[in-house]
Amino acid sequence: MADCVPTNSYREGTVPAFTPPPLPSDDKRWKIVNGTMRKNGFARHALIETLHTVQSSFGYLDDDAIRFVAHSLRVPLSQAYGVVTFYHYFSLKPPGKHTITVCAGTACYIKGSDKLIAAAEKRLGIPPGQTTEGGKISLMTARCVGACSRAPVVLRDGEVMGEVSSEQVLEQLERWAVE
Amino acid sequence: MTIEELEQIAKSVCQENEKYDFEVNVCMDLACSSQGAGQLKDALVKAAEASGKNVHIRRTGCMGPCSSGPLVRVDPDQNLYHHVHADHAEAIVNSLGGAPVPDLQCDLNEHFDKQVRVVLENAGYIDPEKIDEYIARDGYKALLTALTEMTPNGVIHRVTESGLRGRGGGGYPTGLKWSTVAKASGDVKYVVCNGDEGDPGAFMDRSVMEGDPHRVIEGMALAAYAVGASKGFIYVRAEYPTAVSRLTAGLRDARRRGLLGNNICNTPFNFDIEIRLGAGAFVCGEETALLASIEGKRGTPRPRPPYPAVSGLFGKPTLINNVETYANIAPIIRNGGKWFANMGSERSKGTKVFALTGKITNTGLVEVPMGIKLREIIEVIGGGVPGGHTFKAVQTGGPSGGCIPAEMLDVGVSYDALVRLGSIMGSGGMIVMDDTSCMVNVARFFIEFCMTESCGKCIPCRAGTAQMFTLLTKICTGNATMDDLELLEALCSTVKEASLCGLGQTAPNPVLSTLKYFRNEYIEHIVDKRCRAGVCNMEAAVADQKEVLA
Repeated sequence: MADCVPTNSYREGTVPAFTPPPLPSDDKRWKIVNGTMRKNGFARHALIETLHTVQSSFGYLDDDAIRFVAHSLRVPLSQAYGVVTFYHYFSLKPPGKHTITVCAGTACYIKGSDKLIAAAEKRLGIPPGQTTEGGKISLMTARCVGACSRAPVVLRDGEVMGEVSSEQVLEQLERWAVE
Repeated sequence: MTIEELEQIAKSVCQENEKYDFEVNVCMDLACSSQGAGQLKDALVKAAEASGKNVHIRRTGCMGPCSSGPLVRVDPDQNLYHHVHADHAEAIVNSLGGAPVPDLQCDLNEHFDKQVRVVLENAGYIDPEKIDEYIARDGYKALLTALTEMTPNGVIHRVTESGLRGRGGGGYPTGLKWSTVAKASGDVKYVVCNGDEGDPGAFMDRSVMEGDPHRVIEGMALAAYAVGASKGFIYVRAEYPTAVSRLTAGLRDARRRGLLGNNICNTPFNFDIEIRLGAGAFVCGEETALLASIEGKRGTPRPRPPYPAVSGLFGKPTLINNVETYANIAPIIRNGGKWFANMGSERSKGTKVFALTGKITNTGLVEVPMGIKLREIIEVIGGGVPGGHTFKAVQTGGPSGGCIPAEMLDVGVSYDALVRLGSIMGSGGMIVMDDTSCMVNVARFFIEFCMTESCGKCIPCRAGTAQMFTLLTKICTGNATMDDLELLEALCSTVKEASLCGLGQTAPNPVLSTLKYFRNEYIEHIVDKRCRAGVCNMEAAVADQKEVLA
């Protein structure tokens, strides 16, 4: 980090004004990310808020994004990475074209969500948290989406489906597979 | 904004409503929306236009019995329709002014009769994104009355008098917490709302934030006035996008109406709220972890004292309450502390919202006075266990709670009674299990949850939950001995006594309570290699045993 190198101004007892790093690319989405940081006055406590903006804009967090946010907010890279890996909501891998998320909350578990996960796992050949080859379908589990009254719940690309059976899950996966 | 202006708004909303002959309220909460409430509302609007009748179609928050969704209530007749779909829209509109549609009518009188609605008083009656509808139902009246007629101490006194206890799980007296923060020295103080509803199986806070966001905002503003804060944060799970957008819209509208910002109601009181998104960490429901998360850090708890009331967010005195606690404040200020204290039991006042789920006929949200028997909630309000199965246990308090068996159902619900039963009130999840659930497997499920959600800061929780999970897995696969059971019990007490925060201290509860009430099932798994619910697969262990015997 160039701005960490002591310069003469440090020796003279003054701290140079901080200039945020340039945007990583021309991609317009970086402007949205920068907007969140600016709104929060580039304060360190805006780290999680900014990472949320990155993930909602890009779908996931890659090394460049984490580095850019950390430098912009003057947060040590280790701390930024620590935050990203601490919270389940942040993903370091791009999501597949489609995502099926099985809720694994208590109500869903009591109503047999483990069978839905097993069925999807078998059909796709991947464990939860992974994406099939070619980035087609991601299989995810959620802690609880708050639709417990309609357990077991599955999110089909973010859309809530209630009282789902294994057959319905397999049908949906089949439809995506032939797309 | 003054009280007169507020009354003027309320009046104009009433006048507007009177223009219509009928109101058709459509529940558009998550459960109903996932069953096509959106299309239903569009169809109703179309049908109403075509019929030429003077009908107001309104989207509302959760009406309660989600298993009967999508729900529609027609006013002024108060006809509740269940399982309504877009094709029924015409029939409903045609029936207005005549006899109700017989096929859609539902008989949920028993379900509603036992309930008392304080927190959910507006759910099903207002459009969550219209601040004026909230104002028309006495919204923000409490705030403006407090600002103009009451001292901060008067507000605290009224909350203390009500006997309200924290609805997030701990049950700490709210008035006491407020007065501690009010007395703390420092000119900067914060008010924080804990909307990180991490308990799997609970969705009361989501419904309140989505269905009546202004109630939370008003409660926080009252708290800020009482303790002397000028800045608030609502910490919401990112998994609740609708709650986030409703709160964002609510904050914007409250600012526009001058109910947030500087010099509210022409008084020196300044207050504004920011939303902070959670990122999927259960431990962030713990107050010190939540504060760390708002500060943009990893959500790890820290030892207390100092309590957040003395040194909280950014090192300043901070008041943290749960969504439901704040939702109770406005009615308490409006109706008085005594009114609230008249409801409920000896040491648990008021009402509690529960999310009734699992193997029960009427799943959904219910609000009951404290002290009501568990049996009434499950058998009368919930309609009992469906499908000819028998009731086995009800789980309260999420991963920090315990399983309560059938013999204990005549206990009245209160903070202290549930603790005596080995469970906790928790935030209000109530998951019913029948004879198809294996209690050992359920305990293993919760320990797995706590193991993955442990932040890793203290060893008893980090390593203890992992070892407990291994032992429970051994029991569930039929590979355990009675020594393992003894070890499991010893570990429970270590983790309970030695963990840093509430997550670890309560993580053994599901194991301890199932051991207390369903010890036989553990022994069957270990000695007989048998799972009476047929959930655990022990074939491999049984085959091994036969080989040894042969």
